Amino acid sequence: MVRLAAVCGVILLLVACAGDTHLTFLDPQGPIAHQQRWHFYWVLAVMAVLVAGPIFVLLPYWAWRYRYGNKSSTYKPNWDFSRLLEIMAWGGPIIIVAILGFFVWHDSHKLDPYKPIVSKQAPLRVEVIGYDWKWLFIYPDQGIASIGTLAMPVGRPVSLHITSATVMQSLFIPALGSQIYAMGGMVSQLNLEASKPGKSLGENTMYNGNGFHQQKFTALAMSPADFKAWVIKVGATGIVLDAQTLKLIARRSTRSDLIAALPKATSMRGNVYFTGVGKTLFPAVVKATMDGTKTLPNTVFASASAATTPAKRNSGAVTEPSQ
Amino acid sequence: MSIVADSGGPFLGRLSLHSLPFWDMLQHPTMSNIINGIIATGAASLVVIGALVVIALLTKYKLWRPLWSDWVTSTDHKKIGIMYIVIALVMLTRALIEAVLMRAQQAVGLHGGFLSPDHFAQLFSTHGTIMIFFMAMPFLTGVINYVMPMQIGARDVSFPVLNSISLGLTAAGAALVMVSLVIGKFSTGGWFGYPPYTEATFSPGVGPDYWIWALSLAGLASTLTGINFAVTIYKERAPGMKLMRMPLFTWTALCTAILMIFAMPPLTVATSQLALDRYLGFHYFTNALGGNMMNFANLFWLFGHPEVYILILPAFGVYSEVIATFSGKALFGYRSLVMATMAIAILSFTVWLHHFFTMGQNANINAVFGIASMLIGIPTGVKIYDWMLTMFRGRVRFTTPMVYSIGFILLFVLGGMSGILLANPTIDYQVHNTVFLVAHFHNVAVPGVLFGMLTAYHFWFPKAFGFRLNERWGIISALCWIFGFMGAFFPLYALGIMGLPRRTVAYAQARYVPLEWVAFLGALLLLAALLALLWQLWISIRDRDANRVFVGDPWDGRSLEWSNSAPPPEYNFAVIPSVQGRDAFTMAKENHSAYERPDTYKDIELPKNSAMGLVIAALGFALAFGLVWHIWWLVIAALLAVIASMIVRGFARDTTRLVSAQEVRREHHRWIDAVAAATAVSRANECKTVNVGLAQHQANGVVP
Repeated sequence: MVRLAAVCGVILLLVACAGDTHLTFLDPQGPIAHQQRWHFYWVLAVMAVLVAGPIFVLLPYWAWRYRYGNKSSTYKPNWDFSRLLEIMAWGGPIIIVAILGFFVWHDSHKLDPYKPIVSKQAPLRVEVIGYDWKWLFIYPDQGIASIGTLAMPVGRPVSLHITSATVMQSLFIPALGSQIYAMGGMVSQLNLEASKPGKSLGENTMYNGNGFHQQKFTALAMSPADFKAWVIKVGATGIVLDAQTLKLIARRSTRSDLIAALPKATSMRGNVYFTGVGKTLFPAVVKATMDGTKTLPNTVFASASAATTPAKRNSGAVTEPSQ
Repeated sequence: MSIVADSGGPFLGRLSLHSLPFWDMLQHPTMSNIINGIIATGAASLVVIGALVVIALLTKYKLWRPLWSDWVTSTDHKKIGIMYIVIALVMLTRALIEAVLMRAQQAVGLHGGFLSPDHFAQLFSTHGTIMIFFMAMPFLTGVINYVMPMQIGARDVSFPVLNSISLGLTAAGAALVMVSLVIGKFSTGGWFGYPPYTEATFSPGVGPDYWIWALSLAGLASTLTGINFAVTIYKERAPGMKLMRMPLFTWTALCTAILMIFAMPPLTVATSQLALDRYLGFHYFTNALGGNMMNFANLFWLFGHPEVYILILPAFGVYSEVIATFSGKALFGYRSLVMATMAIAILSFTVWLHHFFTMGQNANINAVFGIASMLIGIPTGVKIYDWMLTMFRGRVRFTTPMVYSIGFILLFVLGGMSGILLANPTIDYQVHNTVFLVAHFHNVAVPGVLFGMLTAYHFWFPKAFGFRLNERWGIISALCWIFGFMGAFFPLYALGIMGLPRRTVAYAQARYVPLEWVAFLGALLLLAALLALLWQLWISIRDRDANRVFVGDPWDGRSLEWSNSAPPPEYNFAVIPSVQGRDAFTMAKENHSAYERPDTYKDIELPKNSAMGLVIAALGFALAFGLVWHIWWLVIAALLAVIASMIVRGFARDTTRLVSAQEVRREHHRWIDAVAAATAVSRANECKTVNVGLAQHQANGVVP
């Protein structure tokens, strides 16, 4: 118990003096992580009181009291059964598991990552493709995409559709909520929401090769106005996502390798922004991965004319979603 | 030169100079290549030099013949058990050094460190693979092999030659993992090797093939062992040894054997399918053409979760024996403990989905498997309460096995609690694939399995070798294991909650650094624990003559394995004991029927030595090595030789030998004379040299 308390203390201390990036669901930035934190504390408290407490008190006490050197304590070498104690030994854990089982059933449904978050605002759609070793975030309704930053407006649910163009990965933003696997040829879903502006750590937790440890991103929650400005900025400055660029992304390389290969990306502060991203790109990548084809049909890439007039496209894109 | 360097041609398959650990370093001498090359070459040299030293010592002391006739061809379950444990200790040493290297890397891993990502990935993959398949499995198989037949009053297992073959296959698998240090690289896909990462598209090298064939050898060995143990327990029990009179360790051995039989095949199927994908272009687990990697996850964990209980149940059995013995008291709640063991064995097949709550199945499925996982907490809780109640109103002696046991219970409770946390899908979504998970499974595997096996080692060592281990160094080592474990793994709980993924070679958050250093110091303490253990073995061998316990019962034991000499005769019992109840040897001591001279002796039939184990080991290794390196002539030749050797063995008719009644009588009388000459010791003196293995008789209510 003392050790457990010490460990918890260290965690809280480190969380308290955290830097500007939020790392953990114990420092929640959205409603899902917030509820996960309470679920965690509840289960921990139930077990600390009902499971660990009695054992950590009784075991050392009995071991000492019934030590070989203590001749004054009772010694019953053949006492090996007591109906009452057996009923308690089985009954105690059964009751504890029943209590916890109720929590599991209730919260598994409440916090199901596939369940849309109830909100007055329609969710922001984001499509995520896992590459080795970076995540591509596509905003299909805005016609833009980003590597390195997942921007989202505060207070509006984000609905993520996730796939992998390579091996299995796992998309995870601890301070916002659950992680979910990305698998080739399949689409998984995740619903998150940020409740205050700020930066949260985003990462892949499923080992996928040499650049695995660098497959991080920033989940950037901002005010709706800032988000609008961000969309316009990305649209204006982004690189056209054509077949050639997508090939570069699909190479096994880290984000910094990609930036080095894209001269225009050097001014984007460690991110890579894309414009001219069609709505059919994500389903086309899912299908191509499932079919094992290397090249995507040309139709999934936005036409060159649309890409060369980003301002026009994006002014439309910003007003398009129902906010 | 370039031809040699690039490919070995048809004769050597994929083997080339590139396969050597120092080749990259010489070709491209960058700083990183040099550091990693030196570490890899150092490790390879240790393997090669170690092998050469062993060969030199065997030659110098003329031990080849005894090694051949007394050990590698032996079909004696006790010898086979000891050889299993030797393999386990060698592999433990390697995998623990790897763990320390990984912790050192992570301690300095802020934005870099000294290990390359590829090297780090091989370390965590070999560490996991070795600790599960070539440390824990051989260790528990060795302990069961040694102890179980004696506990049920048998002369050997049902199939002694098969037992030797199982050992051979395990050794071949272990050798394959060791060879991967010297030639080529091991897998980087972790111990569960999820495709499609381990498919040829993404991992074209030999690494996953080393992993596949090492697991295949070990898996086949364990399946055969499971069958052997189960049949032995069903068929070889002494008269009167009813199921509900079996010592709890034997019960856990039975459950583990059943689990081995049912859990190993899914692994074999999964790795075979992966091999078909890699070698013949099948599409079981690929992204494309109808493959589905989720099927691998299902099959692997359909093996993997019962595997966890294959590992832990024998350890539970050891603790049950040890806590009863060193509390001087009958095991509390025997019936409950048997039921709990069986319940765990059955439930272990119903929870595998909790390894991938995060794969996107719906809330109903996750909730059902989450609750099923928690159900295992019920019988496990019962066990812990019953062990505590065994100490209650006992006379607890804090010997080395008991220090391990108490450390185990306290730490295991914490590990179980973090397991319950992980069984909550909502929490698992947050800590899955982080080092929190790493902390959890080490928290059950180290205090549970490893401490259990070390407890068994200390408990039964005097029985196996006839002298006690040094008690002082035993306690020092045990405390180093306990506190080293706490230092190395408690920080990982916090780091996992702070979002650090497992298998991370480097990180960018300075906030991780202090806890990483604590974990590294903990890992060093664990290394010290291993060194203390080896030092204890060394000085115990040095002082062996002062610590002999030939009479064979140094701890006032309760079950039949204590009722013969230490070390026991190869046939275990001069006369097969007749069992009157539970705790058969304690009953015999109470009725004054222990240490009797029977009126008549009979000839004893024993299995003859057989080279089959060694032959299958060599051929299995050659087959696997050929497959890894695509040396097809070797594959075909080894396969044909395996079939031929089995056919030849099928014609062997003269497979047993007799130990004459006279010899049995002579041996038994020599021992009974020693018993008669011995002075019984009280438990206060059990760790002193006056303990020659005869326990003072314990009368009801009176402390011996």
